Amino acid sequence: MTIHTNRRAFLKGTGAGLVVGVMLPQAARAAQKSGASAALATGEAAEGAFAPNAFVRIAPDDTVTVLVKHIEFGQGPYTGLSTLVAEELDADWGQMRATSAPSNPALYANTAFGIQGTGGSTAMPNSYMQMRKAGAAARAMLVSAAADRFGVPATEITVAKGVVSHEGSGQSATFGELAEAAAEVEPPVDPPVKDAKDFALIGTDRPKVDSRAKSTGEAQFTLDVYRDDMLTAMVVRPPKFGATLKSHDAGAALKIPGVVKVAAIPQGIAVYGENTYAALKGRAAVTAEWDESGAETRSSEQMMAEWTEAAHGAGKEVSSTGDTAAALAEAETVHEVVQQFPFLAHTPMEPLDAVIELREGEAEVWMGSQLQTVDHGAIAGTLGLPNDKITLNTMLAGGSFGRRATGDSHFAVEAATVAKERGQGATKLLWTREDDLRGGYYRPLTVHRLRGGLDADGNITAWDHTIATQSIMAGTPFEAMMTDGLDPTAFEGAKVLPYAVPNHRVGWARMESAIPVLWWRSVGHTHTAHAVETFMDELLEKAGRDAVEGRLALMDDETFAREAGVLRRVADMADWSGQKGYGVAVHKSFDSYVAQIAEVEDRDGTPHIARVWCAVDCGVAVNPNVIKAQMEGGIGYGASAVLFDALTLGEGGHVQQENWDTYRMLRIHEMPDVQVSIVESDESPTGVGEPGLPPLSPAVANAWRSLTGRTPRRLPMVPVDQA
Amino acid sequence: MAISFTVNGEDRQVDVDPDTPLLWVLRDELRLTGTKFGCGIAQCGACTVHMNGMTLRSCVTPVSSVDGSEVTTIEGLDSPAAKAVQDAWVGIDVPQCGYCQSGQVMSATALLEENPAPTDEEIDEAMAGNICRCATYVRIRQAIHDAAKTLEG
Ligand code: FES
Ligand code: FES
Repeated sequence: MTIHTNRRAFLKGTGAGLVVGVMLPQAARAAQKSGASAALATGEAAEGAFAPNAFVRIAPDDTVTVLVKHIEFGQGPYTGLSTLVAEELDADWGQMRATSAPSNPALYANTAFGIQGTGGSTAMPNSYMQMRKAGAAARAMLVSAAADRFGVPATEITVAKGVVSHEGSGQSATFGELAEAAAEVEPPVDPPVKDAKDFALIGTDRPKVDSRAKSTGEAQFTLDVYRDDMLTAMVVRPPKFGATLKSHDAGAALKIPGVVKVAAIPQGIAVYGENTYAALKGRAAVTAEWDESGAETRSSEQMMAEWTEAAHGAGKEVSSTGDTAAALAEAETVHEVVQQFPFLAHTPMEPLDAVIELREGEAEVWMGSQLQTVDHGAIAGTLGLPNDKITLNTMLAGGSFGRRATGDSHFAVEAATVAKERGQGATKLLWTREDDLRGGYYRPLTVHRLRGGLDADGNITAWDHTIATQSIMAGTPFEAMMTDGLDPTAFEGAKVLPYAVPNHRVGWARMESAIPVLWWRSVGHTHTAHAVETFMDELLEKAGRDAVEGRLALMDDETFAREAGVLRRVADMADWSGQKGYGVAVHKSFDSYVAQIAEVEDRDGTPHIARVWCAVDCGVAVNPNVIKAQMEGGIGYGASAVLFDALTLGEGGHVQQENWDTYRMLRIHEMPDVQVSIVESDESPTGVGEPGLPPLSPAVANAWRSLTGRTPRRLPMVPVDQA
Repeated sequence: MAISFTVNGEDRQVDVDPDTPLLWVLRDELRLTGTKFGCGIAQCGACTVHMNGMTLRSCVTPVSSVDGSEVTTIEGLDSPAAKAVQDAWVGIDVPQCGYCQSGQVMSATALLEENPAPTDEEIDEAMAGNICRCATYVRIRQAIHDAAKTLEG
């Protein structure tokens, strides 16, 4: 790959490998057409551009482009991280642009992971100081350049809305005018950042940087990447998890016009078409025989029964305080429940896709990679090329909810495999919705069994909890995060209760199956919040206590002040008085605190969520509007799951859902009204992509119990055949 | 087989398998990538275009059936209703991932062209065929009301 000399200048001081970004929507098409994805959006302006560090580019035309190290799939990092830079830079919001940073862990690692990647609602917390420092450094260099030019001391210079001024002499210059000179200034090592009281942007609302491009069809996703002579590949995959290819017949497929190649690959059979329709038709015409001897043949019903049995045992001990067994034996009342949760598919709106172009000794990749470092390495390994011969462009992705973050990089490996099999040229691998639903990597099927003990006065004396579920981390690079053979994603949200319960035990029954499982928006909290918060609600009801007051009374004021804060706030918002049809839940996840009250109606026996009030405490609210949007989104995503979603395997182990006709999604008429309130806080900001989801499910179930007296024991609440 | 139709006001001729869904002709042949693929079975609305002013799910529409018709994609929207819708979308930051939003904008525009002041129920009915996995539904409803207000002047 040739690097233009002006690009070298552009990269000076960054220590970067190749800075690539085709992501700025307006510039994306031009960049793609030229075939020079390396000619970044700001590439044309590289002459005289200012690159103070790996994150900020200031062009002579006054645009400030932030290289965002986190993938943008709707959770808002393009806007969020740009806000942090703009704040410290004293930029005008209108001059801010965002683009995806290249894949380079030395520069762009998630400081919470040590590799480049996005997940666990960490984008804002791990970037908060880093991006502010990046903006502050750029500002200091601009000020120093201005001081030189104006012939005045730097301390007398002010910066506001993208203009650097010296009041005494009446001189001023824009960022763009100073860019070239600022590039010669030595970057400061540890530039000071603002005091929170001086924030001009953080904590206020402003338009998102990408709303226009996403309302006009201009935003470029992986699906929109077209290269010269590109082939589209689809893969015939095994009918069951763990089945392998015995033989196949490509004869009929190869007769279809536009089908150029059919090849067996480890993942199945790859079919290459000159266009998407040829690939679709060709794939449908391939016949294959499969070896199912190693396949998962249990139905999900069978698994549910096995998991339930396991949940009745103690499991491996996760935590234990007091003597739960003894306390249960002495309890006046023992309440026991089993809660069953199905497999769930993520079904992001854009199905999985990737484009890989192989050239002599190098390759360029376009995909919505959520774990760039892992995918990058996996692609390099599969192609047999060194890492630095691979250019990975992180594209905008049409949602993920965890689906694009796989420790085994199975999709990146498949894309590299079909590209390698094709040879030089570009290949787009596209999964259809059917591939997506049948392709595994589900939220694991999970069963909880809880036993609670009450004394004669209605105090909770014991809480015994076993969770039966598969491990998400085992067998992936994330296994390193397991200690003592315990996978925290199995029981996060259940291990520590915000409630004072003197005898508390949690166990994990580790289940096995051939079905790959994965984090699904809020991971373990998807089921632990439901189990804990519905069970707490039932215990309080048995004790004759109010669901809000009863919870608050059990929360230690100091340790759980933020849980109590959001719970009080949401009770105020909804004028809580224990109304029939109202249900409440509070849950901390990813260091953010969310409480919700749902109002549910009974529509001919089917629950309808009419309204949701939501209070969130996520520290400093960098972009209140983005936080509210993420709460709305989490509530809608959670509503779909609690009401309708289940991925089931029929007898013999076939996935029974194929598309959105049978895997039922929440639609607009089923979306509740949502009111969000953000609790003011000076704490460091924490994530919001996931925490809005966990309380929704138990709040709805609690509301339904209040309305009908019936407690859902298995999700979804609307049985799959009636959805 | 050569098929002729108008796309965004321009006469286009394509020579493809007549069964090819319009969606893939728009994308693969004409490189109009604003129209998206979500399900391929008329469940999600990501592929919504207008044909002779009506919404159409391009993923299940064989290109042969639009021979001689006028098709508008998101790239060709320019009516007052469309502008009001897109401005309203930007005004309250409707999009999250954005992938469904071309289809949402196409459906909302068709609704307002037909019914300039829809009620919540009418919005629900017109938009129920468009899935948004990011659940931007609250804002979609609000933005349609906002656009209706703009159109009212
Ligand atoms: S892609 Fe056409 S309706 Fe989903
Ligand atoms: S904005 Fe992501 S699917 Fe609608």
